[in-house]
Amino acid sequence: MINTRKRVMLTAMSALALIGSGAQAQSDTVKIGVILPMTGQQASTGRQIDAAIKLWVAQNGNRAGGKKVEVIIKDDGSLPDATRRLAQELVVNDKVVALAGFGITPSAMAAAPIATQSKTPLVVMAAATSSITEASPYVVRTSFTLPQVSVGLAEWASANKIKKVVSLVADYGPGYDAEKFFAERILFNGGQVIEKLRTPLRAPDFAPVLQKVRDANPDALFVFLPSGQGAAFMKQFGERGLDKAGIRLIATGDVTDDDQLNDMGDVAIGVVSSHHYSAAHPSPANKKFVEAFQTANKFRPNFMAVGGYDGMRLLYKGLDATKGAGGDALVAAMKGQLFESPRGQVLIDAQTRDIIQDVYIRKVEKKDGQLWNIEFDTIKSVKDPGKNR
Amino acid sequence: MLTLLFDGIAYGMLLFVLSLGLAVTMGLMNFVNLAHGAFAMAGGYVLVVLMRGYGWPFLACLPAAFAVTALLGAVLERTLYRRMYGKPHLDQVLFSIGLTFMAVAAVDYVMGSSQVNVQTPEWLRGRFEFGSGALSLGMGAYRLFIIVVCVALTVGLQTLLNRTRFGSRLRAAVDDPRVAAGLGIPVNRVFLLTFAAGSGLAGLGGALGVDILGLDPSFPFKFMVYFLIVCAVGGTSSITGPLVAALLLGIADVFGKYYLPKLGAFIVYMLMIAILLWRPQGLFTRSGGGR
Repeated sequence: MINTRKRVMLTAMSALALIGSGAQAQSDTVKIGVILPMTGQQASTGRQIDAAIKLWVAQNGNRAGGKKVEVIIKDDGSLPDATRRLAQELVVNDKVVALAGFGITPSAMAAAPIATQSKTPLVVMAAATSSITEASPYVVRTSFTLPQVSVGLAEWASANKIKKVVSLVADYGPGYDAEKFFAERILFNGGQVIEKLRTPLRAPDFAPVLQKVRDANPDALFVFLPSGQGAAFMKQFGERGLDKAGIRLIATGDVTDDDQLNDMGDVAIGVVSSHHYSAAHPSPANKKFVEAFQTANKFRPNFMAVGGYDGMRLLYKGLDATKGAGGDALVAAMKGQLFESPRGQVLIDAQTRDIIQDVYIRKVEKKDGQLWNIEFDTIKSVKDPGKNR
Repeated sequence: MLTLLFDGIAYGMLLFVLSLGLAVTMGLMNFVNLAHGAFAMAGGYVLVVLMRGYGWPFLACLPAAFAVTALLGAVLERTLYRRMYGKPHLDQVLFSIGLTFMAVAAVDYVMGSSQVNVQTPEWLRGRFEFGSGALSLGMGAYRLFIIVVCVALTVGLQTLLNRTRFGSRLRAAVDDPRVAAGLGIPVNRVFLLTFAAGSGLAGLGGALGVDILGLDPSFPFKFMVYFLIVCAVGGTSSITGPLVAALLLGIADVFGKYYLPKLGAFIVYMLMIAILLWRPQGLFTRSGGGR
């Protein structure tokens, strides 16, 4: 018994030694530590970004800046505590050149101090609260911010005779962002938000709030909900007869998420939303991206996937410029990058390290038996409005 | 006003069917089964898989959801739960919460973690509107359907428990299993059937609830609190208790979210605290009894 245990210990120790010497020998390798929610409620975010990263590596090889790139994917299950611990491990043990991923705002916020202390660049591929880039000078974002898309939608609504609006947001950080910036812009354009409703994240029966909306009888209902709840919401919106009462439904693109749009059924048709990416974006770059993505996976890429894909591009190009060095040099190399993403042209703002991109106004339509967000209006080069104060 | 009342009743009825099985096992069998929500989730996923994977009609899926979860309940009762009957409540709680975690992880692995949806048939998507102004009443067909099903179930169960031989055997077995066994009542089989029926009801509730409550692997945890509140407030000695409690909660929840959106989901807890301060044993209690 004791002998066996000793032997196991010895084997484990020699294995550790081997791993240690291996890491030292490969100094021509750079590692990128990606932290994603691969399990739990936000798992679809992790699944999308993971697939996008694999696609990028398959298309562009595993070399950047003259070094071999190794991507390490870790699952934080959307628990900020776990994110922080994993970030620490990746920085200290794996000596990663950059951190990336981050499915939800609290995760990104939990890892930001580690990025600052260790001078490790941190690429946010998903989380969308405006203030994340201000949490550390090493944060760079390739996803979007909720103020960005909400303001775009408010502009469109004002231009389309929507004056009286009720807003309905999920009761957490990104929801407040969406509510605030949407209302400000509507007000600025002479409209009115007559009621601001919030719905708890965990109570998916929308009956009371929808009844309230119906009784308030606005021109339109503005909605932000995390992507999973969109389908249930739209179904109840239709069943309660709000569409027949002449209330238009306008939403951020999370509600008509490409990942789940097809499951929502015909109730989704005609919903107007604003977002920075639709899988139906009519550009050659996007057609190529969607085709390659769907060949490799059984599902359609959504805005999370494109954030991951562009994040990898940003890191590769940055590493090319620094010849594989990390730290301040890598952040500097990522700032100001301008490139053609599947979503259109994007720029990493050198000042805020946040993304500047076009915001599209889309309508859900049926094409070839499938539902798509078809873009019909564009607001050019939107900078995150959350930073202009 | 009336519309809100209607929505509240529908929501309460749904909670009632979901919690009834728990009230039965807790009150009649003196077993704390926190894994109850897992059975509800199982029923929901049975509905989803049959409808989306095999194209079964909605109405056929409901009994199937009941049957499959009842069977699952029976198997688990035989293999796992039976050993736990005599154990202290803490052991039962730890055992069943562990089972819930396992169920959540398993469903997450097999079905994926995102919320799933089903398309209810056309005839359940309609809406009836009557009157206007403060007295207007709008009824969603689906919610009306839920109410009808639940009322039928309640009446059926009440009759079963109070008027049939099985009901009297069950009550006897619960009051004093040893004497009941001595009188020739197959106590084990009665418990098995009761447990299976309770699980099946949870499954049926889960299936009915997919369209309104949504369904994802965290379902058992999301609604565990609601089940427990229904049992705590209603008492577990009869069917009427949980029924009234569930209706009260459903209506309070809907009205609270409409009139006091700032307090939102908290109304339910305030109501529970108030009722329990007033009647610590729950709204309806049975005096005496074997225990």
